[in-house]
Amino acid sequence: MRPAPVKSSLTTPDLAVISVDGLAKQFGRFAALRGVSAEFAPGRLYVILGDNGAGKTTLLRCLAGLARPTRGTVAVLGQTDVHAVSAQIGYMAHPSLLYDEMSAMENLRYFAGLYDIRDDATCARVIAAVGLDATLARPVAQYSQGMRQRLSLARAILNDPQVLLLDEPFSNVDAHSAREMAGLLTRMRDSGKTILVVTHQASLLKNAADEFVWMEAGKITRRTATLQPMEAQ
Amino acid sequence: MKRVFPILVVLVSAFLGYAAYQALVVAPTEQTMGNVQRIFYYHVSSAWTAFLLFTINFVASVIYLIRRNPAADAVALVSAEVGVVFCTVVLVTGPLWARPVWGIWWTWDVRLTSTLVLWLIYLSYLMLRRFSTSSQTPVLAAALAVFGALDVPLVYFSIWIFRTQHPQPVIGAGGSIDPRMMHVLLINWLAFLCLAALLCWARYHLERMRREIEETEALEALLEPRGSR
Amino acid sequence: MTLIAVTRATLFKDLRLEWRSKDAINSMLFFALLVVVVFSFSFDPNAEESRQIAGGLVWVAFLFAAVVALNQTWARELRNQVLDAYRVSPAPANSLFIAKALGNFIFVAVLEGLMTPLFIMFYQLRSLGPSWQLIPVAGLGTWALVVNGTFFAAMSLRTRSREIMLPLLLFPISIPALLGMVNATTAILTGELSARFWIVLLACYDVVFTIACLLLFELVLQAE
Repeated sequence: MRPAPVKSSLTTPDLAVISVDGLAKQFGRFAALRGVSAEFAPGRLYVILGDNGAGKTTLLRCLAGLARPTRGTVAVLGQTDVHAVSAQIGYMAHPSLLYDEMSAMENLRYFAGLYDIRDDATCARVIAAVGLDATLARPVAQYSQGMRQRLSLARAILNDPQVLLLDEPFSNVDAHSAREMAGLLTRMRDSGKTILVVTHQASLLKNAADEFVWMEAGKITRRTATLQPMEAQ
Repeated sequence: MKRVFPILVVLVSAFLGYAAYQALVVAPTEQTMGNVQRIFYYHVSSAWTAFLLFTINFVASVIYLIRRNPAADAVALVSAEVGVVFCTVVLVTGPLWARPVWGIWWTWDVRLTSTLVLWLIYLSYLMLRRFSTSSQTPVLAAALAVFGALDVPLVYFSIWIFRTQHPQPVIGAGGSIDPRMMHVLLINWLAFLCLAALLCWARYHLERMRREIEETEALEALLEPRGSR
Repeated sequence: MTLIAVTRATLFKDLRLEWRSKDAINSMLFFALLVVVVFSFSFDPNAEESRQIAGGLVWVAFLFAAVVALNQTWARELRNQVLDAYRVSPAPANSLFIAKALGNFIFVAVLEGLMTPLFIMFYQLRSLGPSWQLIPVAGLGTWALVVNGTFFAAMSLRTRSREIMLPLLLFPISIPALLGMVNATTAILTGELSARFWIVLLACYDVVFTIACLLLFELVLQAE
């Protein structure tokens, strides 16, 4: 039961940084992913689109090592055991993955420690990179949703990962901050990182993205180089 | 399966009947306790059977943790369920025996207490399997089974200390057993083992079918287009 | 070494969070006080009897307080799904376990520190045996509850009815340890028997299950 992979619209380089083969994930009787086969090239920004329930979040979780595939394989940076390369992966989800009672720097200091990063300068740098104030002592619970999203992104890029998996990074973020985040992602892509972004606001990355990956009902239906309107299929 | 099973049921029932006859009629009456003592054949046979089943569960759980073999997981589940049943028999026959003979319902007897603890541990094991929402329930259950197995010697040790400090009555044959009684006991144990094997086999078959159905439904869900949203 | 560094960082983070969300501590302390008072109303013996049953009372009270505390500490990792951030990182699973267990130990020890003087007061307890032995009993006994409690609390994160699953899983396995704690305490308070064997039992229990938890925790953490 191996569906033929939907061909990438880009010329495929030699070594894929992420490759997925026949990936299926089921929760009881519900099949969130129903056979996804794809390759993602290094140094590219991919935008993953689709309706709710298409399987985008589940795909990202499988790539991050948070969900174990029911069938098929996942290989990130050449490793089928994703945990072996977890130091090279950055992940951001719809929940903030932050401690509400701590401030921004306290949160990042803790998570940096998980990646064996002990200096405050790195934390301050990523906070500044997402446009937040590192000296802010307020606990995260008092942040606006947009600020929380940005801090969550800062946490994801703390370890300067080769692979960035972002699930709805722009939701509830104001237009200005969203553009800045998109700019940050573009710069990261230009420096050689591979970025997968799940979003409903694809227009923000309209020009920056290398490829748009459309998912529906647990499968990848097509991959396009430009953001075409949904009707023109 | 369909053809063999009824034959086995008849055979096992016959054997159980024969064993019951041995226990209730043929075996000599115990000197001090009288006929009540005959419950001993059921009490001890069930206990040995339950312990054997729990040992199987432990081994199957370890095998599962090492090899992730789904058959091992099914064996673990089956042996736990049937083991709990036999354990219940032990816990019911114990007090039934103790009360008329020694005037007490319960005593901190090593076998009875460790059976109680094992029963509780395996009930919690079955609850974990029922309540788990993880896709890796077998792993969690196997871990719990390992913990349970590690607990058993500690239970024995603690009861031993307790009994040296607070002398308690012993349920069961204190000294040596009359060889005729041993003979009847072994017959009954064998009969119970056959019953346990039959129950396990039927349950395993049921579990295998259930898993096959699940797999088929899962595959269908993967291949068919999703319903309209 | 990363294991020690992450453990320390996680422990301090938990202590800091516990300190900041004082409502959790306050409600726990109040609960502990209530348990002691309710027990005192339920069992009202004179001084002689009190020494016989105090061991059991005290440890059952500690057990209930510990279960409430254990449920709390993992609940924090579920808010905002922060646990995913840990799982995605290369930090070792055992660091998380040891940090949580130590944090729980400190938390439960604080509760015991509150409840013990109250028990002594209400029951006019005085130890007839070597009272210094109560310290290893308390330490080993608390660790026995906490090490398995932390492990099973993590396991019950993956179940429905999470909060009831913890005692369901913890109580049966803890029976030998409970026997140890209660009988050791009673032996020391009454001075009639030696607590030595019970302390050895508790030590064995702690060693066996600490090793088991450390070996199996990663499986539990990554079972999604």
